Amino acid sequence: MEFYHFIQEIMPYILGFTAPILITATGGLFSERSGVVNIGLEGLMVVGTFTSAIFVKSMVSVLGVMPQYMVWVSILLAALVGGLFSLLHAYASVSLKADQVISGTAINLLAPAITLFLAEGLIGTQNITLPVGLKRYDNGIPLLSKIPFIGELFFTSVNLSIYFVLLIVILAWFIIFKTSYGLRLRACGENPHAADSMGVNVVRMRYQAVFISGVLAGIGGAIFVLTYPLEFNGLVNGLGFLALASLIFGKWRPFNVLGATLFFGGMSTLATFSQVNETIKSLQLPREAFNIIPFIATIIALLVFSRNSNAPKALGEPYDTGKR
Amino acid sequence: MMGENPISVYIDIIKGSIFRGLFQGDLSRLGDTLLRITTLILTGLAVAFAFKTGLFNIGVSGQMLFGGFLAVFVGVQLHTLPKPLLMTICILVAILGGALWALVPGILKASYRINEVVVCIMMNYCAVWIVHYLVRTNILSNFDTESKRVGYNASLRVDWMSKIFDGSVVNLSLFLAIICAILVWYILERTTFGYELKAVGFNHNAAKYAGMKVNKNILLSFVISGGIAGLAGASYYIGFVDHIQIGVLPTLGFDGIAVSLLGLNTPFGVLLSAGLFGLLRNGGDYINALYNMPKQFVDILVSLIIYFAAASLLIRSFLHKLSKRYRNQSIELEKEVK
Repeated sequence: MEFYHFIQEIMPYILGFTAPILITATGGLFSERSGVVNIGLEGLMVVGTFTSAIFVKSMVSVLGVMPQYMVWVSILLAALVGGLFSLLHAYASVSLKADQVISGTAINLLAPAITLFLAEGLIGTQNITLPVGLKRYDNGIPLLSKIPFIGELFFTSVNLSIYFVLLIVILAWFIIFKTSYGLRLRACGENPHAADSMGVNVVRMRYQAVFISGVLAGIGGAIFVLTYPLEFNGLVNGLGFLALASLIFGKWRPFNVLGATLFFGGMSTLATFSQVNETIKSLQLPREAFNIIPFIATIIALLVFSRNSNAPKALGEPYDTGKR
Repeated sequence: MMGENPISVYIDIIKGSIFRGLFQGDLSRLGDTLLRITTLILTGLAVAFAFKTGLFNIGVSGQMLFGGFLAVFVGVQLHTLPKPLLMTICILVAILGGALWALVPGILKASYRINEVVVCIMMNYCAVWIVHYLVRTNILSNFDTESKRVGYNASLRVDWMSKIFDGSVVNLSLFLAIICAILVWYILERTTFGYELKAVGFNHNAAKYAGMKVNKNILLSFVISGGIAGLAGASYYIGFVDHIQIGVLPTLGFDGIAVSLLGLNTPFGVLLSAGLFGLLRNGGDYINALYNMPKQFVDILVSLIIYFAAASLLIRSFLHKLSKRYRNQSIELEKEVK
């Protein structure tokens, strides 16, 4: 019973941590399934945090009314800007056939630089503190929280973002594995030349996939800044890289990725709580141990999967018609 | 965008980093520029060395951090030793630490063909948290977020250099960096080992066919690259600054990618491009004060350079096509003449 209470206590935080990682990883799933490595997820998230933060900061004081709607509008806006920013990566890695890893690294460096620059120029400070974030249902979501056992666990003290994200994951699974569009997308990542010979426009497909990854990473960044720190400072604390790690850990499959992100989210929560929660304190582990586990786990996963990796076969290879 | 004349800004960057020093007797600015160049040379060399073998070492930051931590740790613990001895030990443990950190992606790449980029990124975060733990439990200062400071005996700073450069903390690692560049050039261009490394990078199947030990070379290349990154850590953590801030990954490792790409992955190219970046960074601080401009201006420049360097392949193939067309034309011309 004590254990149940402990789980119940930390579950909202686990869900809160997981949401931004999960949606960003789902974005990465699209991009990598189409054959484009996206190391730039971290940078794309930063763009999302910036867009959301600057919109909420400037709009709430102007409109004043219904800040919750403004929060959701800011998420949509972050999606759009994240998508547009990711086109930089698409242009370099698809059109210019550049090294995708280096291009992604450039995105990661460019995003904080440009957003901090703009923040200073527009607001006059590099730290934007938000007056309002996503609404948390402290007393539980009406009706759903009344469900015995599950209601207390999953529908109390949470905000809606995790359900929004879960919906997108299911949608992503459906699109990628159950539609002909998804089949074509996967074909571009497995064997782009064969896909091309069957009349699939590989370049357009990859552009769309990278755009989707930017959209979802932008939303991920927005959800992050609106739930947890409520302050923009050009950082997303490595969540983008955690998303990338989840993608590998989850073997490029939506529901495995869901499991991986829940695991990583759980670890981050334990790390945060290791100084205050009696149950975790009694384990007597240093708090850094929890922080480090996701990264070590990913290395081990790579080692275990190395024989039968599920990575898309053409991942990281620029598509060159001349090679057909 | 900031309403300043871009050319005058660039002139002020250069003024701020070099000329003001030379003409107005204020050498500390020049010294600071050299200080920034030093670490960039080393991170650039680390990236470039791995690139030559076809490996992308994105883990320089982590290797730097762990090597730098060991140097600071030894410097704090053995602070009673005489300077020449302690300094040498610190440098050696830093190199060892960097090499050790690079060993993991090296082994995984060499033996299991696991993508080194992802492993390196994970190792960066492992370095951050392990150093976080080790500093917190062993050498934490009165401030909660940083380690104890190393004393003069462990530091790479020397009085005579500081005197020449009017109190700038430019230090001995400048010479180490230049020696390192020459060494890397020598290994890559004048030894069989270097030739093998480049052959593996060029086409590892062909190298294997020619009887080279591909896996051993990949591992060695990574370890040496990590060792150079460790030296960069020493130059930064016991030269530039004298303590470690916990939870912070040095961004200089990522700048090394830009330095290496812009320097075409050759040692002397790295020296030149590190010079350019160091100049930009230091001059950036100067214009920051002069124009009230965010220092991210320089970060934007650096990341754009990386972005276009990634796309440089396109330009190369374009030039290739151009030269091919030109050659075809001249062949046709010759035929016509005949």
